[in-house]
Amino acid sequence: MAKRIDVHDLDIFYGDFKAVEGVSMTVEPRSVTAFIGPSGCGKSTVLRTLNRMHEVIPGGRVSGKVLLDDQDLYAPSMDPVAVRRTVGMVFQRPNPFPTMSIKDNVAAGLRLNGVKDKKKVDEVVESSLKGANLWNEVKDRLDKPGAGLSGGQQQRLCIARAIAVSPQVLLMDEPCSALDPISTLAIEDLINELKARYTIVIVTHNMQQAARVSDQTAFFNLKATGQPGRLVEVGATQKIFSNPDEQATEDYISGRFG
Amino acid sequence: MSTLTQAAVEPSTTPPVHTDLTGMSGRRAFTDRAARVVMWGAFLLACIPLVWILVSTLVKGGHMLLSGSWWSLSQNGITSRVVGGGAAHAIQGTLMQAAVTAIMSVPIGVLTAIYLVEYGRGRLAKVVSFMVDILTGVPSIVAALFIYALWVTTFGFQRVPFAVTLALTLLMIPTIVRSTEEMLKLVPNELREASYALGVPKWRTIVSIVLPTAFSGIVTGVLLGLARVMGETAPLIILGPYTKSMAHDLFNGLMATLPTMINQDRTEALQPALDRVWGAALTLILLVFVLNLLGRFLGRFSKVKN
Repeated sequence: MAKRIDVHDLDIFYGDFKAVEGVSMTVEPRSVTAFIGPSGCGKSTVLRTLNRMHEVIPGGRVSGKVLLDDQDLYAPSMDPVAVRRTVGMVFQRPNPFPTMSIKDNVAAGLRLNGVKDKKKVDEVVESSLKGANLWNEVKDRLDKPGAGLSGGQQQRLCIARAIAVSPQVLLMDEPCSALDPISTLAIEDLINELKARYTIVIVTHNMQQAARVSDQTAFFNLKATGQPGRLVEVGATQKIFSNPDEQATEDYISGRFG
Repeated sequence: MSTLTQAAVEPSTTPPVHTDLTGMSGRRAFTDRAARVVMWGAFLLACIPLVWILVSTLVKGGHMLLSGSWWSLSQNGITSRVVGGGAAHAIQGTLMQAAVTAIMSVPIGVLTAIYLVEYGRGRLAKVVSFMVDILTGVPSIVAALFIYALWVTTFGFQRVPFAVTLALTLLMIPTIVRSTEEMLKLVPNELREASYALGVPKWRTIVSIVLPTAFSGIVTGVLLGLARVMGETAPLIILGPYTKSMAHDLFNGLMATLPTMINQDRTEALQPALDRVWGAALTLILLVFVLNLLGRFLGRFSKVKN
């Protein structure tokens, strides 16, 4: 059920400003792809175009193609709401809905899309929380507010919420940057497990994390200050971290800049 | 040898360290004290009229509120020479008109705020926002005369309580729009994005995520707006003349309110009437106070759990 993503000549704009230029790459199903690069180079922006969240920002638009299997996400007939149901997203800061309990948070995607069947919702809540390795910690307090959990638990709650709508692809925008090392480890383990079922794309500032969790790594950089960001190199993680083709990649990875 | 020379040299190469961390510089301490004095002075100055008003209304009108008839009887058949009767007709009128005003202005105000915060882009939003600003600045007497011109002069209707509520609605909409707008803006964008990312349509996100998160703030804003509108007098004087008897019909005849009762009886020189002025004033303050308390209380009942 996981899907392949093909990006062709993607340019991304904020109003008249071209933020990212000429991205082309392929993400294989059931694999983890990491986006690395210095701040402001457009990693998150590219990630957000993969489920049409970029256009939520006023003035946000793209040109080029993003194919999910063989469907162009930006074809005029596509419904962005349906796209987002297929391509889930986890954000940088854990953002559980403050008005909802743990259970309601996980069930939100289903309920707000009109699923009323209580039994089914309960099943999905349990399986999603188990899938996010959170079930054992919260099973006795499902009715407590989601905002009362620790940061790491909240982030896993958000992952459970994202997988509850059974997406094909899971996008993660620096999911561990607000977490401590132990919670980070828990999320990384979880990514390794989720990989069996989903196509995962993760943005990270932590190169060790990219090396640990990903099969494929894409390095983004700015051409120059004020210029649009671009994809410098994409390849197997092992190759990118040991023997990249581009000098810029090597410099970044070895810590010579960035 | 080397350790000895190093130990001797080190203190002179490092810059002098202030080890005494006690005591504040005289000037900073003086500025701090001066600022404190000014702030307290300003606070006390602002309290003087408040306390003065509260104490004099309590002293002069407090005894009126203690009698049961104040809350149950109207002034029907009672002249200004006579002690007795109550303010029930005015209390009832004020509450009724406030309720109708709320029913008309809350939906319009809240929906306008939702439009401005969630949907409004481009020229129309700017125009709407500008219009709300203008409406905020409209003096109540102008709103009242506008409704008079529309209701009485143009349409040829009678001056009825409903016309008053129209003018009050005109005054209340902008305050609701502004306060609701502020509350909606406080809802973090991350929550909206989290909802969109689950494939939830925008309208559903607003109804199920944004509004519940901002709910208590919106209610507080509405009640505070209502409290303000209850004390408005100009529309009442122009569109809703005083009457001494109870009234229930919004579309027929006259209806008393607390501000018009105050305005009516204050012109009398006789003690029973003056007592009623103070009593009505205190009742109005009390109603507004209760609404404020209710607003805060409902604010605690927020759906945002922690």
